[in-house]
Amino acid sequence: MLPSATGDGEFHGPSINEFFPEAVLFAGSPFEINRIMLIRFLAVGVLLLVFWLGTRRMKVIPTRFQSIVELGLNFARVNIAEDILGKKDGKRFLPLITTIFFMVLFMNITGPLPFLNIAGTSVIGVPLVLAVIAYVAFIYAGVKKSPGNFFRNALFPPGVPPFLYIIVTPIEFISTFLVRPVTLTLRLLMNMIVGHLLLVLFFSATQFFFFTADGGFKLFGAGTLVFGFAFTLFEVLIALLQAYIFALLTAVYIQLALAEEH
Amino acid sequence: MFNAVIAAAAGTETRNPLLPELYDIIWSGLIFVVILFFFWKLVLPRMQKLLDERAEAIEGNIAKADDAQRKAEAALEQYTAQLADARAEAGKIREVARVDGQKIVAEHREQAVAEAARVTASAKVQIEAERQAAVVSLRSEVGTLAIDLASGVIGESLTDDAKAARLVDRFLADLEASEKAVK
Repeated sequence: MLPSATGDGEFHGPSINEFFPEAVLFAGSPFEINRIMLIRFLAVGVLLLVFWLGTRRMKVIPTRFQSIVELGLNFARVNIAEDILGKKDGKRFLPLITTIFFMVLFMNITGPLPFLNIAGTSVIGVPLVLAVIAYVAFIYAGVKKSPGNFFRNALFPPGVPPFLYIIVTPIEFISTFLVRPVTLTLRLLMNMIVGHLLLVLFFSATQFFFFTADGGFKLFGAGTLVFGFAFTLFEVLIALLQAYIFALLTAVYIQLALAEEH
Repeated sequence: MFNAVIAAAAGTETRNPLLPELYDIIWSGLIFVVILFFFWKLVLPRMQKLLDERAEAIEGNIAKADDAQRKAEAALEQYTAQLADARAEAGKIREVARVDGQKIVAEHREQAVAEAARVTASAKVQIEAERQAAVVSLRSEVGTLAIDLASGVIGESLTDDAKAARLVDRFLADLEASEKAVK
């Protein structure tokens, strides 16, 4: 599909190295700051500002802006925490779930935003840290609920004939304690990486077709531009969806840990 | 811009996106802690307070409505009681009126009966008096008639009034005596 090189304008597809841009500050130190870290700071800054302003003077009859902030907070509270965990446990884990939801959402949304163009979650740090926190949270919830029995119930589910434990226990161990954090991390990370690569591919191809390619190939540029636009909108949806899924799965894992005792 | 990036990265090997850099983990962790405390200590308590206030406002309105309902019910009860009292009162008055009416009718009837009796009695007295008068005049007329008759019969005028009167009286007395004897 790649057109042949013409003159000095050669087509360069997106590369994975884009996720490791040059350092801006503190190069080489554990506090190195590069473009993606700056985008994360910006996302977090906007998040703090929105929720600080939105909850500063809350009134029983909300203003328009307060309504939107309330809508977001209620979504995390009602549709994720209370739906999955119920009123009581939902309230216990609400700060965690709200944090995960909005942190992922605000960092995802920088992906399709013009001039930022890369998601804060498209580098493994945030997905990994959040997955580890979710992992710790559900193990904590289970151990707190039934200190002695959580691991036994998780690995040796009651009601299963003992000889089946040879098969069941390794499966349970892998699915509960290995697959969960790994899938949480990879699902988010790969969605964001692939989303970014797709958009870069479409727009760089458009650029190439319009300004570098010969004659008839210029027409392809219109097609890639339309696809690029469509996928930008799609990325907005993905950003929301992945934030929802991450928070929802965290809640589900906690709920499963709490319900482990039968 | 891309070309520059690629050129800069050209010398280095392709990075593995699954291997986290230390700075990446550190910044992610820091950001998480900041947001967690922000929501935990600031946003969610504010939100909870708002929800409580809203619930309170709704409950307050419900309480107000309950109060109004209670008041309305009390008023209705009072009115009903008053209405019942009024009905009882009216019934009592009607009963009294009925009794009074009966009494009045009875009195009037008595009076009428007495009046009738009085009228009857006076009529009887008058009739008696008239009968007496009739008897008296009849007696004198009968006497004269009888004398005339008798004069004619005996051919002599009983001109002597005194004698004639005596005769008639004797006759009548005899008549009465014979009537009495018959009785």
